[in-house]
Amino acid sequence: MKAVFKQTQGMLPVSTSYCPGCTHGVAHRIIMETLDEMGLLGKAIGVAPIGCSVVAHQFMNVDMCESAHGRAPAVATAIRRVHPDRIVYTYQGDGDLASIGMAEIVHAAARGEKFSTFFINNGIYGMTGGQMAPTTLIGQRATTCVDGRTREQAGMPLKICELLATLDGPAYIERVALNSPAHIRKAKKAVRRAFEIQQEGKGFTFVELLSTCPTNWGLTPPKAMEWLEENMIPYYPLGVFREPEVK
Amino acid sequence: MSEKVLMKGNEAFAEAVIRGGVRFYFGYPITPQSEIPEFMSRELPKWGGKFLQAESELGAINMAYGCGAAGGNGFISSSSPGIALMQEGMSFLCSAEVPVVLLNASRGGPGIGSIQPGQADYNQVTRGGGNGDYKMPVFAPASIQEAIDILYDAPALADQWRNPVMVLVDGLMGQMMEPVLMPEPKKPLESADIPTVKPWAISGSEKGTRSVVKSLRLQPEVLEEHVEHLFEKYGRMEKELVRVETENVENAEVVFVAFGTMARLVKEAMEILESQGVKAGMIRPISLWPYPYEAFDKIGKNCKAVISAELSMGQMVQDVKLGVEGRWPVRLIHRVGGMLPTSLDIVEKTRKILEEVR
Repeated sequence: MKAVFKQTQGMLPVSTSYCPGCTHGVAHRIIMETLDEMGLLGKAIGVAPIGCSVVAHQFMNVDMCESAHGRAPAVATAIRRVHPDRIVYTYQGDGDLASIGMAEIVHAAARGEKFSTFFINNGIYGMTGGQMAPTTLIGQRATTCVDGRTREQAGMPLKICELLATLDGPAYIERVALNSPAHIRKAKKAVRRAFEIQQEGKGFTFVELLSTCPTNWGLTPPKAMEWLEENMIPYYPLGVFREPEVK
Repeated sequence: MSEKVLMKGNEAFAEAVIRGGVRFYFGYPITPQSEIPEFMSRELPKWGGKFLQAESELGAINMAYGCGAAGGNGFISSSSPGIALMQEGMSFLCSAEVPVVLLNASRGGPGIGSIQPGQADYNQVTRGGGNGDYKMPVFAPASIQEAIDILYDAPALADQWRNPVMVLVDGLMGQMMEPVLMPEPKKPLESADIPTVKPWAISGSEKGTRSVVKSLRLQPEVLEEHVEHLFEKYGRMEKELVRVETENVENAEVVFVAFGTMARLVKEAMEILESQGVKAGMIRPISLWPYPYEAFDKIGKNCKAVISAELSMGQMVQDVKLGVEGRWPVRLIHRVGGMLPTSLDIVEKTRKILEEVR
């Protein structure tokens, strides 16, 4: 019989610990499938963040380390110097990257570090139980803003792709979403593009993946997909913010 | 072996650690050790190494973690407030068993404090300033040559134990110049050899087994087992890494305990006391952890007092009391804030203590 589908070797044959409907599983899979398809599984080194995906190394079948909260870009910076011919990536959530780790991501991007960052933006702290994130939208409820975030009390959500695109360092910045098959196919293309540019040695590559957190959003998985479409994409527009210069 | 050269402390420390095999340095400027990143930026590339000025001490310690996790021989240096910022990383490095060499050129505290020499980081570096149960060897040299010898061996020691190793100096030692002998350079570890020399490291090398470097252990029984493993290792370190110099402790009327810069001042005071007919001895801990408690058993029956001499309000004195075990009166001679006592100050205070305990 002809095989029509084969699970990627990039994911270990175990169940993930993520909640039903959470898009971490989708993000993991498209990253690892891409490395598999590019023949890079044996050459890749991943850095896991603090947050739900601190355990990413239990699912991603490559050499990996954990990092302290927000510091993954500093860790990856050094790994890339020890192993200049490997493929290095960080996988970070919005609390990790956009709050406590802002200095590390901005400086790694400005230095044009030759690794890729996959930024999971679901607008909430997942692992600690649904507190407000730097990317929580105005009006969005969280356990530290139960009536919804207000500009007066907590300021405005951070647009990380736009912020990093003000720097001269990064080679590639794109925002994608994981809420529909069409968006996921586009997201996988962006992941591939990031790894290709890294392989070409052109510099820092960054993909923001708009994601869902049904558990802490208090929505069913299908409703969460709709909420992302209706609320997140208007504030966090999809698209390419930086492309390498064509010479 | 090369000839003796006159070198400034901070530059000698940096060159010694390069000759010991370090090829990666991550640092953030802070007085009184900024000559180290300056030296590294200039010299390390000549040895085929890589220098990077980090965005902060948080960046530097986590770069050191990434470097060590990937199998590289890394070095970072800072001073007291910067070392305070790095404590989370040190806890992380110890838990994940990642080797790195650290240098603390300690200064006056608390807070931003002063940029003059201090020893008030003693508790921070020997008790673990970060969270959780962990230990790291801390060596406190009292001369630039001794610092060179320790830093030269430190990368191999960190690798051997898969643990951070700290060298504690102070601003005075970093700034002063002494004639020194530089040891022959060791062969550095090449990136291509990391998968075979350090198979536990994350090297993305298709070596057949997957490496994971981590410190999270959510299951209590798994974490307990890991901490027990770490302490079995620390127990072996306590047996193998103690370093101490003792002088005249068997016959001394007064025994000083002092390390680093303070040990040099005490040494001068001892000569003056001897000329005045007071027999003085010294225990000079070189390893602050593991602490040389057993050296106190050598103290003879003529001893009237054991004096901990420190540039702090009295931190090491707690270890001195543990070593003394109630056998002799324990007193403290100290200055803080970046102030140093003169040898005559030490003599005068010692004579008062001896009058009091007689």
